[in-house]
Amino acid sequence: MNKLTLFGGAVVLSTLLASTAMAQTELSMWYHGAGNPNELEVLDVIIDDFNGSQSDWNVVLEKFPQESYNESVVAAALAGNLPDIIDVDGPVMPNWAWAGYMAPLELSDGALDGFLPGAIGEWNGNIYSVGLWDAGLAIFARKSVLEANDIRVPTLDNPWNEAEFDALLLKLQATGDFDFAIDMGMAWTGEWYPYAFSPFLQSFGGDIMDRSTYKTAEGALNGDAAIAFGEWWQALFARDLSPGTSQDGADRGSGFLEGKYALQWNGNWAALPALEKFGDDMLFLPAPDFGNGPRIGAASWQFGVSASSENQDGASAFIEFAMQDKYLAQFSDAIGLIPATAAAAAMSKNYKSGGPLEVFFGLSENQATLRPVTPGYVVAALDFEKAMADIANGADVPDALDAAVDAINSDIEKNSGYGF
Amino acid sequence: MSTPVRSKLSSATGAGWGMAAPVIGLLSLFLIFPFILAFALSFTNQRLISPNPTEFIGMRNFEQLLGLNVLIIEPERDGAGELVRNDAGEPAYPRVRTFTRNNPDYPQYQGMREWFAWNFRGDRIVFLASDVIFMRALTNTFLFVAVVAPVQGGLALLLALLINQKLRGINVYRAIYFMPVVVSIVVVSLLWRFIYDGNDGLLNNILSGLTFGAFKPVDWLGEYGTALGAIMGMSIWQAVGFHMVIWLSGLQTIPETLYEAADIEGATATQKFRYVTWPGLRNTAVLVLIVITMQAFALFAQIDVMTRGGPLDSTQTLVFQAVIRGYEKQDISGGSAISVILFLIVLSVSLLQRYLVRTKN
Repeated sequence: MNKLTLFGGAVVLSTLLASTAMAQTELSMWYHGAGNPNELEVLDVIIDDFNGSQSDWNVVLEKFPQESYNESVVAAALAGNLPDIIDVDGPVMPNWAWAGYMAPLELSDGALDGFLPGAIGEWNGNIYSVGLWDAGLAIFARKSVLEANDIRVPTLDNPWNEAEFDALLLKLQATGDFDFAIDMGMAWTGEWYPYAFSPFLQSFGGDIMDRSTYKTAEGALNGDAAIAFGEWWQALFARDLSPGTSQDGADRGSGFLEGKYALQWNGNWAALPALEKFGDDMLFLPAPDFGNGPRIGAASWQFGVSASSENQDGASAFIEFAMQDKYLAQFSDAIGLIPATAAAAAMSKNYKSGGPLEVFFGLSENQATLRPVTPGYVVAALDFEKAMADIANGADVPDALDAAVDAINSDIEKNSGYGF
Repeated sequence: MSTPVRSKLSSATGAGWGMAAPVIGLLSLFLIFPFILAFALSFTNQRLISPNPTEFIGMRNFEQLLGLNVLIIEPERDGAGELVRNDAGEPAYPRVRTFTRNNPDYPQYQGMREWFAWNFRGDRIVFLASDVIFMRALTNTFLFVAVVAPVQGGLALLLALLINQKLRGINVYRAIYFMPVVVSIVVVSLLWRFIYDGNDGLLNNILSGLTFGAFKPVDWLGEYGTALGAIMGMSIWQAVGFHMVIWLSGLQTIPETLYEAADIEGATATQKFRYVTWPGLRNTAVLVLIVITMQAFALFAQIDVMTRGGPLDSTQTLVFQAVIRGYEKQDISGGSAISVILFLIVLSVSLLQRYLVRTKN
């Protein structure tokens, strides 16, 4: 009898203890970076700091591999099981917001002051997501190679133009020292294609779709500017200046470092190994100007709040907490990405004044162009990718672009204009 | 007197249904229900992700997939009525896109694209399709079936005849031939991607070794002309062991006495195959043929891993397009429509095969 009372008391006591620990409301959070210990370490620090800094919320992290992350979110949304906080790839955000998966953030006034435009996820007049970092693209080059071939080093204010770029590629190819003059990264199928290649199209004066209405791609993706872009693009591969769609993934990763490619179109995440290998010889050059200014893609992974969350205020509070400069700098130090504010850049190892990757902050600030901000982007991106691959493989340029335009327009029509 | 037995069985239907229930339930949930759903969705505009309500749109998905038209283009003439010739001296034709894109004179061609074309008596005859990718997928799939079904079935029979002998260690060969069947098709596809690699793949190395360097490396999966053939070869190799086992089971049901009788009659090996083995394999042949045909129509994993439909749509297939549209392009109704068309094709081909190999008595 006594034993039983004792046991009962223990049960009551443990329940009480548990419920005091549960005074913080649990916020579930999903993140796409499973298997990347460096960035998860920083995220864990932010979560621990946040959980310890107040008594209302307790964030619990769940990690997913990037390849299956988007599908997991869509499946969870269909099943009504979304977590409170999700992370989302910038260009995908409008699709999820439109579908009703995401709620606008409740940030305090001025929270976004000083953020790079690419790190702010705005759609339909609301802020749905914020990135702690942005990614930037540059032409990777070696000073010694350019000097040996009498090639001018371009600057942000004075980039290469189309004719100059074409001439130098032919020159580099003619040396015979390299398998290819430039590596565009055709092995990286998927989002890389629109992210890395549509800025060239924009520099020519075209676009993936007509941003004044977001209701058609006609004229933007198959107009004269786009056809000129397509012909330039096809000529790169027809003259074997760049490896084509059958490029080996391993070559994409190591080809520039091994000297197989004279130049490489690549992102800041690949910059640290290149710097380690070539040191002071390494250059990160701005994209060529094809007539409408040099452009690079903007927006990387960002944080947002799910619409089905019962604790949207808490989720927003966590995101605002994570937006502190010191965390932005820590993330940058851990994975080499561009901090989202100038203040954080100044605190980071690589992007501070005189830091080895400082140039990327300037590139991102000056040239970054968002991919079309519409729910239809996710499908348009696939059609654009197919057109780029087909043109590289020798398809008729206007026909391939027409095909992409038709596919994009038919998708917009099937979705009743995506709300535009 | 079977009546009492039957009544006893039928009186216990409750238990019978109960025992069948788990299987029927699972089959309904994962097979029959999705099947009916695909039919229903193909007549709507259902999206994977969308706040818009689902609407019934009748046959529009099918019209969009199957729309065909013919356009006859006359060569360009200058003011004097002379043919305009291009650099190669051939007559020049106006581009197809001038007829199919926003041309109010030809509303029937709006949004269509060239599928294939040829020149006939000075005019250019262009076959237009409203969904060229689907048409390519359709023809590729039929080509794949037409090659794989006979070749894989024939090779499997040959292997089965070879290993149906009483030799020492024959089981080792049976295991070797069967091995690719047990390995996941995704893994096999990844391995063959290395074998087919354009620079230093195994196949290129072997061929250049055999020809003392005269063979120039081919990018098997990266070239328009070789990609589908490469996938056919690999697919035949991968599943041939499975069908070999089915043939083998058929071979072993043929009574030994028939061969002994044939020996006594003095039949040659060819005659024994023609008059004893082949008639004895009749039912097995029907099974093998139908199974291979259905598997070949469902070609997906190899495409997804090795080429993703490229280069230039040379390896698009129906199932791959159904998946791409349904999931990646979030167009569940479009993917369902392709599935329904594929179902009707496989059904009619199977019925045709059943009819052609029916027993005539």
